[in-house]
Amino acid sequence: MPPYDAAAARAQGGGYRRHTWPVRLMHWINVLAFIVLLMSGLQIFNAHPALYWGKSSYNGRPPILQMDAHMDTRGNPVGVTRIFGHEFNTTGVLGLSAGMDGQPTERGFPAWITLPSQQWLAMARRWHFFFAWVLVINGFAYFTYTLASRHLSRDLMPTLADWRSIGQSIKDHLRLRHAQGEAARRYNVLQKLAYLGVIFGLFPLLILMGWAMSPGLDALFPAWVDVVGGRQSARTIHFIVAWTLVAFVFIHVFEVIVSGFWNNLRSMISGRYRIADEKCAHE
Amino acid sequence: MKSAHMNSRESSRRHFLQRALAAGGALLLSGCDQLSRSSWFTRMLDSAEKLTFGAQRLLLPRKAMAQEFTAADLSPDFRSNGTSNPVNPLYQALAANRFADYRLQIGGLVAQPRTYSLDDLKALPSRTQITRHDCVEGWSAIGKWKGVPLSRVLEQVQPQPSARYVVFYCADPMDDLGTRYYESIDMEDAWHVQTLLAYELNDQPLPIKNGAPIRMRVERQLGYKMAKYVMQIELVERLDHIAGGKGGYWEDQGYEWYAGI
Repeated sequence: MPPYDAAAARAQGGGYRRHTWPVRLMHWINVLAFIVLLMSGLQIFNAHPALYWGKSSYNGRPPILQMDAHMDTRGNPVGVTRIFGHEFNTTGVLGLSAGMDGQPTERGFPAWITLPSQQWLAMARRWHFFFAWVLVINGFAYFTYTLASRHLSRDLMPTLADWRSIGQSIKDHLRLRHAQGEAARRYNVLQKLAYLGVIFGLFPLLILMGWAMSPGLDALFPAWVDVVGGRQSARTIHFIVAWTLVAFVFIHVFEVIVSGFWNNLRSMISGRYRIADEKCAHE
Repeated sequence: MKSAHMNSRESSRRHFLQRALAAGGALLLSGCDQLSRSSWFTRMLDSAEKLTFGAQRLLLPRKAMAQEFTAADLSPDFRSNGTSNPVNPLYQALAANRFADYRLQIGGLVAQPRTYSLDDLKALPSRTQITRHDCVEGWSAIGKWKGVPLSRVLEQVQPQPSARYVVFYCADPMDDLGTRYYESIDMEDAWHVQTLLAYELNDQPLPIKNGAPIRMRVERQLGYKMAKYVMQIELVERLDHIAGGKGGYWEDQGYEWYAGI
């Protein structure tokens, strides 16, 4: 975020440039790539809707998660999800859902969340690996930019005062109370930690676990995949991290909505963010 | 509170954003399936395969070894995928006689075309490796393979300099039209130490369900590259004149030729 210029802000009707254009552009490229990667990833998962822990899938231990369909005692098809041996009826969503012809079809995730919607592994892989390159190149550009522009040190790294305010920040978030006026110019400490965790934690881990599934890259350093327990463990971690990112997106969008949806959205599109003046905020 | 500040310009912008979001969502949900069937878009997606292949070949030393495991890691039963018993009278006749009449032909762009019986192949120096088999579907299984490195056979038949690919023709029919399974690898993978013509799995003669009498091991790629029931090997300069032209049965169905990912 550029330094705040009060005079310029007044001229713009109480707004200022919150996000620079490279950050805005890379944010939306990331949104597109993540959505495509998630949906094509679930289609790839559907080719073998089970997760394991270890070097291989067949090591004498059952899968830790598995989705399939079978007939119940009355001859009706049911979708079943098994997690650590516990069985759940997930008919209509997981294991069994409407196929392209509308008929109940055995499939892991339903058609509305997979890309392509019909079962088509080869095409899902093409989407996935193209947008994986988009994600990696975009992420690399972001790392370079965020270091070179000091976006990281200036806007994202928590200050000492931030760390001290962490308790208050948790309370504020739970009460949906959001910074107003000058304080809204800066990210709060939970926001900083969430962004740092996603950018430098979850996304790199997601990409690394994707590479761990590649038999080519596995040959790069002997047995490096065993660091996380083996290729099938890496596949499981890849899956869990992807859904953790989905959880982040839900919280992120929730916070965007409750702290001023249009103002936030505009600031990520045109860059302009309006600071409500203090009088207004206390009305 | 904030709406009090709203002017008409802002509200029209809001409408535009609403429409853009709705259109974006619809485009994503229904449009992606249309994009999957358009040739310009799939060609764009295909560019990633060349990028991946180039990047992996750049990063990976030519001799980089796929991970090898210990007997403790072996999968109790090495699952069969795809064809488990070729519906092919010629193959069935060979199997009935325990492959005593099996002859592997190697030809194409080589100085010395040759034919090998199973015993001929077993007489060549062998390699044994415990490796992980990664299926494109997502599962992995670990097996112990014994076979003759393809490089030993290549040394005998002497590839011509123009040879760029090794093509494996298989016994298993994939449809009613008689389309047979086939696969291809480039010379770099062909000369790799771990690339085997395998004839044993877990210290037993290779079972029919796993590709008897000979199946390929190409350990730095996915399972579909490792053709089973190999009957004939041909060295070629180009792949586009063979079957669907993409270098393999699954490649002709839309899967990547380079399956290191």
